[in-house]
Amino acid sequence: MKHTFILFGRQMRHFLRSPDTIITATVIPVGMMLLFVYVFGGAMKTSIGAGVSYVNYQLPGILLMAISSGISYTAVRLFTDIQKGMFARLRSMSIAKAAILWSNVLTTLVSGAISVIVIVLVALVMGFRSSAGLLAWLAAAGLLLLFTLALSWLAIIPGLTAKSVEGSYTFSYPLMFLPFLSSAFVPTATMPAALRMFAEHQPVTSIVEAVRGLLNGQPAEREIWIALAWCVGLAVTAYALARRIYKRFS
Amino acid sequence: MPDFAIQTENLRKSFKENEVLKGVDLAVLRGEIFALLGSNGAGKTTTVNILSTLLKPNGGTASVCGFDVVRQAGRVRGSISLTGQFSAVDGMLTGRENIVLIAKLRGVPHPKKTAERSLERFGLTQAADCRADTYSGGMARRLDIAMSLVGDPAVIFLDEPTTGLDPEARLAVWETIKELAGGGVTILLTTQYLEEAEQLADRIAILHGGKIIANGTLEELKKLFPPAKIEYIEKQPTLEEVFLAIIGGEGQRQ
Repeated sequence: MKHTFILFGRQMRHFLRSPDTIITATVIPVGMMLLFVYVFGGAMKTSIGAGVSYVNYQLPGILLMAISSGISYTAVRLFTDIQKGMFARLRSMSIAKAAILWSNVLTTLVSGAISVIVIVLVALVMGFRSSAGLLAWLAAAGLLLLFTLALSWLAIIPGLTAKSVEGSYTFSYPLMFLPFLSSAFVPTATMPAALRMFAEHQPVTSIVEAVRGLLNGQPAEREIWIALAWCVGLAVTAYALARRIYKRFS
Repeated sequence: MPDFAIQTENLRKSFKENEVLKGVDLAVLRGEIFALLGSNGAGKTTTVNILSTLLKPNGGTASVCGFDVVRQAGRVRGSISLTGQFSAVDGMLTGRENIVLIAKLRGVPHPKKTAERSLERFGLTQAADCRADTYSGGMARRLDIAMSLVGDPAVIFLDEPTTGLDPEARLAVWETIKELAGGGVTILLTTQYLEEAEQLADRIAILHGGKIIANGTLEELKKLFPPAKIEYIEKQPTLEEVFLAIIGGEGQRQ
C-alpha cells in the first residue's frame, strides 16, 4: 500500500508536469462541450424534448469522452516505463508487484476525477443545473469512478503489450468515439435501425442514461443496473487479463 | 568455503526455440568487481535479468547472497540493485526527485538527506533540480548508478554501464565504479568492451555461445594465451587518446 502511494505521487507529478495530458483530458472535452451546446444545442432543443436543457443533456456524454481520452495516458505512461527501463528497475526492487499496476490505476482515477470536476464546473458556468440530491450525486460520481476503474485496467493491457507508443494509445480512439454512437448527444430514435440497435445496447448509452437520470432527478433505475453490470463486467475482465499478462513478464 | 555473493550452476534459459544460456557456471566473491564479458547477444543481459529475478531460468540454479533467485525472489530483491542497459531514470522528475523516489521505495530513513549526499558524491549537485531528461548520457548514467546505490544494496548489477556513452563520459563512469570498489559492495558488470573489463574488474568471465568459456583474473586469463612476444613497434596515439588530449580529459586516464 505504501509503495502504491509513493509511485502514485510520482505519476501525479507526471500528470501535472505534462500540459498535453491536461489538454487532452480536460481542454478538448470542454471545447467539445462548447461546440455541442452553442453550435448544435439550439437545433437539438426540439429533438430532445422539453424538460431537460441541452447543457444538462450532453454533460454525461462529454464526461465519458474525457475519461476515455484520459486513459490513453495510462497506457502511454506504462509503456514508457517499460521502454525506459524504469519498469525493470521497479520490478527488481523489493516492493509489492501489485503496487506498480495499482499506482497507475490510482493515478488514472484521480486525474480522471480532476478532469470530471473541471468539466462540471465549466458546465455550471454554461448554465448546467441539477435538481439531484447528495445521494444521486454520489451515485453518479460512483458510476463514473467505476467506469474509469474499468477503463484504466483495460488501458494496462496495451500498456504492457504494445510495441510502440502509438500502439499503446490507439485503442482509446474507438472508446472516445463510442459516445457519438449512443444517446449521449442525440436521442437514438432518429438513427437507422441497425445503428439504433447498436446504440441502444452498447455500454455508453446505459451509463449516459444512468448518469443523466441521476443528475436530472429522473427515474433511471433500470439503466443504473445495466450500467453497473457493464462497468463491473468490464472491470473484472480487464483486471483478470491485465494480471495474466503481467504475470507472463517473468 | 569461500564467501560467494553470486553463484550459478548449470544455468539455462531459452526463448522459444532459441537457447541463450546453455549451462552457465559463475561464482562471484563478496566485495569484488566481476566482469561478464561477451559480444552482443551472448546472453549477458539474460544472465543479469535472471539474477535480478526479472526472468525465471529454465534450468540450473542461481543464488544471490545465499538466496535462491526463484524460491526466495523477494529476499534477493531486498539485497540487490539493478542498473539496466539503458539509464532507468525518470525523465519527468528532477535528479533529486529520482533519488528521493528510490530512497522512499527502499524505506531509507532520511530520503532528502540521502539524496543530498548522493547527488554530491556523483557530482550532480548543480543539476539536482533540473529534469533528468535534460541530462547528458553520462550524467543520466551517473544518476542511474546513484539511484542504484541508495539503501546500500549488497550486490549491484551494472548491465553495460558505458554503452552509448562518449569517451569522456565513459571515463567518468569508470571513475565512479572504481570508487565503489573496496566499499564492500559486490558488483557484477557486463560489458562488450575488453578495455572496460581490464580497467575495472578483479575477475573476468567470458560468456560465449551460452557458456562461460574462460574465467579468472586478468593475469590468469593472459596465461591461457600464447606467451608474450617482444616486438618493437612505434606506438601511434589512438584516435581516442587524441580526442581526449584535445579536450583535456587525459588527466583522468591515469
